[in-house]
Amino acid sequence: MTSPAPIVRQDSRIQRFFLRHEWARGYALLSPTLAVMVLAMCLPVFMLAAHSFWTQNYLTIDETFTLANYEQALGWLWGAEGAKPIYIRLLWKSMQISFGVTVTTLILAYPFAYFLAFKVRRNKNLWIILISVPFLTSYLLRVFTWKIILGFNGVINSGLMSLGIISEPLEFLLYNPTAVLIVLAHAWAAFAILPIYVSLEKIDRSLLEAATDLGDGPFRRFWRITWPLSVPGVIASGLLVFIPTVGDYVTPKLVGGTEGIMIGNIIQSQFGKANNWPLGSALSIVMAIAITIVVLIFLYVMSLGRVRAK
Amino acid sequence: MSTRADAGQPVEYSPSKVVEGNRYGWLFVYAVLYIAFLYVPPLFLPLFSFNDSIYVAFPIKGFTFEWYRQMAKSTGLLDALYNSLKVGAVVCLASTLFGMLAAKAMTRYTMPGKGPMASFIMLPLVVPGIILGIALLVLTNQVGLELSLFTIGVSHVLICVPFGMLVLISRLEGFDKSLEEASLDLGVNAWKTFWRVTVPLALPGIIASIMLTFLISFDEFILAFFLAGNEVTLPIYIWSQLRFPAKLPSVLALGTLILTVTMVLVAVAEWIRRRGTATTKPTAG
Repeated sequence: MTSPAPIVRQDSRIQRFFLRHEWARGYALLSPTLAVMVLAMCLPVFMLAAHSFWTQNYLTIDETFTLANYEQALGWLWGAEGAKPIYIRLLWKSMQISFGVTVTTLILAYPFAYFLAFKVRRNKNLWIILISVPFLTSYLLRVFTWKIILGFNGVINSGLMSLGIISEPLEFLLYNPTAVLIVLAHAWAAFAILPIYVSLEKIDRSLLEAATDLGDGPFRRFWRITWPLSVPGVIASGLLVFIPTVGDYVTPKLVGGTEGIMIGNIIQSQFGKANNWPLGSALSIVMAIAITIVVLIFLYVMSLGRVRAK
Repeated sequence: MSTRADAGQPVEYSPSKVVEGNRYGWLFVYAVLYIAFLYVPPLFLPLFSFNDSIYVAFPIKGFTFEWYRQMAKSTGLLDALYNSLKVGAVVCLASTLFGMLAAKAMTRYTMPGKGPMASFIMLPLVVPGIILGIALLVLTNQVGLELSLFTIGVSHVLICVPFGMLVLISRLEGFDKSLEEASLDLGVNAWKTFWRVTVPLALPGIIASIMLTFLISFDEFILAFFLAGNEVTLPIYIWSQLRFPAKLPSVLALGTLILTVTMVLVAVAEWIRRRGTATTKPTAG
């Protein structure tokens, strides 16, 4: 491929540049997609960040730089005057719920991924399709389904009542953080399986054979070989579930009630009823930064653990 | 003490068997329960959509098509359906095109910074949807654009491109790139090679990508909620109907239809994609 073409051509300098440099051709091909990403993601997020330093007066935006929105969002931490604790508390609660969701999905997904990687020999694709189909169906409808199941007159309550097991509907099923946790864990279940499965599938089977030959029982073998080698997959799954769920507003709105409200709902209301876009922008930036910090701490702790294991 | 007879014996176990153990053990039971956990909750939608009662509760009263009839009569719903189809059609073609360009660059060229670029394009998969939604809303407002189906479409292309790229990368990695090189060496220009060699070979991936991105756009709610103008898409219509208990059964009917169609299409798309990658990998099996 590198030998020059035998035909002498009169190429312009630009053409020669592209012919000579493979990376230039690669980036030329990549550039439309990158342009979409920059225009539809980077530019809007930059605008969002700018907005968070502005203020809103009814319908007009005042573009003078101010930190007032951040003071309103975070001021409670350093006791700023008039700052409410609600934003910090909601952010903290969202983190806790998302963390619970992440741990739950990982614990549920790991045995399934293990089964898929080590036990299924034929029709592996069928199993993978089976778990990915629900994930690609309407998120709204899946959340809504749980409202029907857990509701006051829902499937569980009406079912138990018509069976005569309970006489009054159970009120603790819906409209609380636990309901949010169950619904989110269900919605993200399939997403957690694939990265873990990929990392398990990549494990060299001869390592496991060696461990067995050297006298490790199944449990020791799992703990010393399989688990450490699957940790990268577990981390990837955890991040893929944790990051998007922190900002979710659909599930809390449908099944969370007043108790289960998350930071996403407050941000959403700033762009709706509350109508304070700059505050909403500041809150979303705070949320994004908080998520990033948690993720970095998590990755740092994991890397410490792995260095020690070596 | 190892004898020659031992050494000459064929090995009685294969490595995979050591690990495998009993195939239908407790892990199999767990896997079946897990699949049930994924599939049973959505099954209540169809169950109650045929139930002859305005209340979504047990015991089941009787069988009816009434809710489907009500659904079909609603003009708001049909408008929303039409809008969703329009947005989905444009989005699936655009995002598959952008995904294809990126996938081709990622698999066929050596260039510095490829890894970071791939991560950058996949960012929409991990950034919370609400941030992408309000960021696009703020930008739209700032440049003075009207909210419309176009703004929804732009946001959908953003989140669909990573999916398209991933599907097409796995497909392009699945066949030998020397086929394309042979075409180029025989004097066919890059454009014709792309259409005559790359596209036909990547076709299963392209079809799968078009179907998946269409479905993602068709079902997407979180971004569309912020970016919809006067014309709404189907998920937003459903959201607006959830407030009215009397409309609940016909929402269930609609949900049943959407779930059924989506599940069938996703299964077909996945099947096409996986069959495509499995048959062309020389080392498969």
